[in-house]
Amino acid sequence: MMKYEVIVVGGGHAGIEAAHATAKIGHETLLITGNIRNIGDMPCNPSIGGTSKGVIVREVDALGGLMGKIADKSLLQMKMLNGSKGPAVQCLRSQADKEKYPANMQNALLNQEHLTLKEGLVEEIITSQNKIQGVVLEDGTEIFCESLILTTGTYLKSNILRGSESTEEGPHGERRSNHLSDDLKSKGFKIIRLKTGTPPRLDANTIDYSKLKEELVDDVKYSFSHDEEARYEVSKQEKCYLVYTNELTHEIIKANLKKSAMYGGYVSGVGPRYCPSIEDKIVKFKDKEKHILFLEPQSMEKGSKYYGALYLQGFSTSMPRDVQEEMVHSLVGLENAKILEYAYAIEYDAIDPLQVKPSLESKIIENLFTAGQINGTSGYEEAAGQGIIAGINASLKLKNKEPLILKRNEAYIGVLIDDLVTKGTIEPYRMLTSRAEYRLILRHDNADLRLRDYGYEVGLISKEAKERLDFKRKEIKRIKKSIQKEKIKKECLVDIIDNARTMSIYELIKRPLVDMDVLLKVVPTFKDVDKEILEEVIIDVKYEGYIEKTYRDAEKLLRMESKQIPADIDYDKVQNLATEARQKLKSVRPLTIAQASRISGVNPADISILLVYLKKEYGKNE
Amino acid sequence: MEDTICAISTPIGVGGISIIRVSGNESIEIVNSIFKGKDLEKSESHTINYGHIVENGEIIDEVLVSIMRKPRTYTTEDVVEINLHGGIATTNKVLKILLDKGCRLAEPGEFTKRAFLNGRIDLLKAEAVQDVINSENEFARKLSVGQLSGKLSQIVRELKNELIGLEANIEVNIDYPEYEDIEEMTIVKIRDKLADLSSLLENMIKEANTGKIIKNGIDVAIIGRPNVGKSSLLNALLEEEKAIVTDVEGTTRDIVEGKMILNGIAINFIDTAGIRETLDVVEKIGVEKSIKKILEVDLVILVLNGNEELTKEDENLLEKVRDRRHIVFVNKNDLPKLIDLDSGICAVYGNTKDLNGLDALKREIVDLFNVENIDKKDFTYISNARELSLIEKVKVSLDKALSSLDDGVPVDLIAIDLRTAREHLGELLGETFDEELIDELFKRFCLGK
Repeated sequence: MMKYEVIVVGGGHAGIEAAHATAKIGHETLLITGNIRNIGDMPCNPSIGGTSKGVIVREVDALGGLMGKIADKSLLQMKMLNGSKGPAVQCLRSQADKEKYPANMQNALLNQEHLTLKEGLVEEIITSQNKIQGVVLEDGTEIFCESLILTTGTYLKSNILRGSESTEEGPHGERRSNHLSDDLKSKGFKIIRLKTGTPPRLDANTIDYSKLKEELVDDVKYSFSHDEEARYEVSKQEKCYLVYTNELTHEIIKANLKKSAMYGGYVSGVGPRYCPSIEDKIVKFKDKEKHILFLEPQSMEKGSKYYGALYLQGFSTSMPRDVQEEMVHSLVGLENAKILEYAYAIEYDAIDPLQVKPSLESKIIENLFTAGQINGTSGYEEAAGQGIIAGINASLKLKNKEPLILKRNEAYIGVLIDDLVTKGTIEPYRMLTSRAEYRLILRHDNADLRLRDYGYEVGLISKEAKERLDFKRKEIKRIKKSIQKEKIKKECLVDIIDNARTMSIYELIKRPLVDMDVLLKVVPTFKDVDKEILEEVIIDVKYEGYIEKTYRDAEKLLRMESKQIPADIDYDKVQNLATEARQKLKSVRPLTIAQASRISGVNPADISILLVYLKKEYGKNE
Repeated sequence: MEDTICAISTPIGVGGISIIRVSGNESIEIVNSIFKGKDLEKSESHTINYGHIVENGEIIDEVLVSIMRKPRTYTTEDVVEINLHGGIATTNKVLKILLDKGCRLAEPGEFTKRAFLNGRIDLLKAEAVQDVINSENEFARKLSVGQLSGKLSQIVRELKNELIGLEANIEVNIDYPEYEDIEEMTIVKIRDKLADLSSLLENMIKEANTGKIIKNGIDVAIIGRPNVGKSSLLNALLEEEKAIVTDVEGTTRDIVEGKMILNGIAINFIDTAGIRETLDVVEKIGVEKSIKKILEVDLVILVLNGNEELTKEDENLLEKVRDRRHIVFVNKNDLPKLIDLDSGICAVYGNTKDLNGLDALKREIVDLFNVENIDKKDFTYISNARELSLIEKVKVSLDKALSSLDDGVPVDLIAIDLRTAREHLGELLGETFDEELIDELFKRFCLGK
C-alpha cells in the first residue's frame, strides 16, 4: 500500500508551494500531476508580480516559498511599478521566461528532500467519517495519505472555447480531470463554474516594430528574493511594445460578436471583470476609441516553443480562429502578423470558497486543503500565496498545532484568504491593492519584517536568514534613535531645502523632496548603512503620521477580531437578524465579529443584534 | 430584544383620541387578554377591530385596535395600536394595565431603535423619525420629513459618490499603472476636486446652525438689574403671543420659562433666576455662574431702565453682552428719559406697561436670525449633533488631504484621508462600504489583461 503524509494534487503555482513547504518541513510528500514537464507552467501572461501581486511574491518569499527566487532566476525584464507614487503601492513586476521558469522550478522540486513527483490524474478522493484517507487515480491505483492538498487549477472539467468550437481539455492540450469535481460534489462540495481567457500568441518575426511604441525599461536592479542579490544586467533586459486597437478592430468585433463563445452563449462560467475579453471591453465601453495592448516576449530560450512567440496582452478573446485573424491584422504594426497560437476562453469547475476555513482546510472533510484556482482565484501569485499557506497549515495540523491565519493587517495573503472565505466569489478573484485597507503597512519593502518569523517558526526559513532579519530590525531601531539626536548644520542644507535651519536628521527626512539620494549626500554615515535598512527608516519617518493612523485602524480591527463567535452558535436562535444576514452567517460561520462584519449582506444592525445575543447567551466574555 | 414594549404615542392631552402602541412578540396576546370583542389572536394582519378594554370585568374604555403582524410593521415586530377615547386618566390607566400584563414601558425612541436594529430603516431615517416625534413646530416637522424622504441621505450619498469616483480613479492609476490611456489623477486635479467638496461641506456646516434654529428654536435669556422690568417684559411678550408657560427642558438644558412662536420659529425664554438675587452678596458666585450660562444662549436681551441713569452694574452687563448676539431693550419710556446710552449702542425703546416697543423688539429678533428667509430654503440641513460632528470630521479629513497634497505626500497616502472621509459618510448613513470601491473601479474603467 502506497502511503504518504501529504499528497498534493496539481503542479501549478499553488501545488508547487504547498508541496515544497510540507516536504521542506520534513513531511513525506507526493506531488501528483498530469505531466511533470508541465510543473510551473505559465499558461497565461509571461509575467510574475505586478501591482499587489508583486507584494504577494515577496510575502511568499518571506515565508520561505519558491516563487520569488525562481522568478529572479528566469527574468526577461524587471520593473518597479508605481515608482513615482508612495511606498505603499510600489510593486515589482517581472517578465518571466516561460521556458526557464518551469525548468528552474522542476529542478528545485526534483532536488527537494522528502518530495516525490508522480504523473497521474486523480479522479476520486478517499474519505472515512469525513476525514481524508487518500486518492484514487484514473487507472484505479489507490494512494493513501494523512493530509491532502488539492490545487487542480483550471483542470476540473475544463473546456477550451473558440467560437462554437469546444474541446474537453486543459491549457496546452493537457488532459483534464473528468470526475474529481463530481466526486467532490457528491461529498457535499458546492461546485461553481468559472471562466477565464488568454490572448493570441504571435510570431515575433512578422511584426512591424517601426509602427509600435517601445515601453520604457527600468535602469535599477531589483530582486524578489530577500536572500539573493539581483544578478541580471540592466541593459540586457527584453523590451515590450505598446499596440492600440482602432475603429476597424472594433467594427470587426461588433460584426462578429455572436460568433464568440461568450456572446454566442457557449459559455456557462462567470468571467473576471478585471480580465475582460476584448469583446467585453468594446461592448461595455462603447465610447472608448481605442484600447491599449501590450506585446510581450515569452522566452529567449532557443528551441523552446515560446521562443519568438509574442504574447498580445489585453487581447484575450473567444472568437473563432478566422475572426481572430481579421482582428489581429486590423492592428497597426500587426497587419502581417502570423498567429502561432489562437486565443481561447477556458471554463472550469471550482469549489465555493465559503466552504473553506481561513486555514484553507475544508469545512466538510478534515485534513483536506485547497489552494489556488480551485478556490475561485485567478493569477499565479494568488495561487502561490494560498499554496504555501495550505502547505504550512497541513503540516501544523499533522503536528496538532494551531493553524497560521494571516490577518488583513499582516499580509496581502491574509486579505486574499479572508476575502475568499468570508465573501465567497462569483468570478475568478484577483488581488488589487485597493482590496487591502491597511496597504500602507503591507509593503513590498517590509514583507520580511512582517512574515519571516512565521516562516522561521514553521521551519521554512533557515537560522542564518532569521539572524539577518534580527540584525535588520536592530539596525532600524538603532538608526531611528540616532537620527533624533544627530543634527545637520544649516550650512549643509541651504542648497538643498527651503527654509533651511539646523535640524535633526529626523526632521530633515520629514521635509518634502528629501529622499535617499539627498540623505546620502548630507549624512556621510548613511553610506555605510544597508540600503534596505535605510529605506525602511526613511519610509517609517516620512510617513509616520499615516503609518500610525493605519496601525490605529488596524488595532480597531484586532479588537473586533478578538471577539470570537462560539463555533456552536445557532443563528436560528438569534432573533431579529435580517433574513439575508442569517443565511450568510449560517453559510460562512465566521470565527470572529470582525469577520462577520465583512460579510456582504450582514449590516451593522445585524452585528449589533449578534453582539447583544452573544453577550446574553455567552455571558460577558469580552 | 424579545420583550414587548408599549408607550403612549400621541401627545398627552392634545386632541380627542390618544393611541397606545405595543410592539414585540407578545403584543397581540397581551392586548387580547384585556380586550373584549373579537379574538385578536385570530384577526388578520393590518385590520382594525372594535371593542372594549376591560379590567376585572369592568369596561375601561371603548377602543379601536389595529393589529399589524410582522414583518410589515414599523418595527418589523408584531405591533398593536389601541385608539382610546378617554382623556389622560383613562390612557394612563390602560397603559398601567398593559404594564401589569407584562409589557415594558418603551424608552424614548425605542420603537424607532427597533426599526433600525431590525434593518427596516437606516440611521439617518431613524434620526429623522426621532425628530418628527420631538419636533415642536411646523418648520421642524418639514425639516424632519425632508430627511425622512432621504434628502440629507441623498446629499450625503452624492458626496460619497464623488469621493468614490475620485478614489476609484486614484486606485486605478495605482493598480493599473501601465494603462497610459486612463486619466492620471494628478495632484492639481485632486486638489481642485477636494477644494470643491470642502467648501460644499463648509456650507453644510453653516446651514446646520440654521437647521438647529428651526428644530430647537432660539434660546433667549432676558437679563438686567433687578426691577428693570425683566419679568414684565417676558410676561408681556408671552401674553401677547398667548404662549403657554411651561417647564419643559430647553436645548441648553436650562429651564425654559416660556415659549413663543415667531414666524414659525420657537423662541425659548431661558430662566435666569440667578441674576435676580444679585443684591445678595452671598449669592455672588451663583450669579457669576448664571452670567456664564447666559452667554451660552443664542440671544441675550438686556433690559435697562430708561428712567434711571446707567449704573456701574448696567455697564458691566453691557460689556458682557457686547460680543454676543444681543438686543438692548430700554424699558419704561413712558417715564422721563434719564438714561444716556453711548451712541454706538443700538437699542429698542419701549415700555411693558403700554406694551410699547414690543413689535420693534420682535422685528429685531426676526432680523437678527434672518428668520423670514428660513422658510424659503430647502430643508436639507444637518440637524443633530451626531450628524454635524461626522460632517465636521469629513471636512477635517478632506482638509488634511489638501494640506498633505501641498506637502508633496504621494497620492496613495492621500487616498487614506479620502477613505477616512468616506468612512465617516458611511457611518452617517449607517452603511458598510467594503466592496463599493472595487465595484466602482470596474464600472468606470476598462481594464485588464
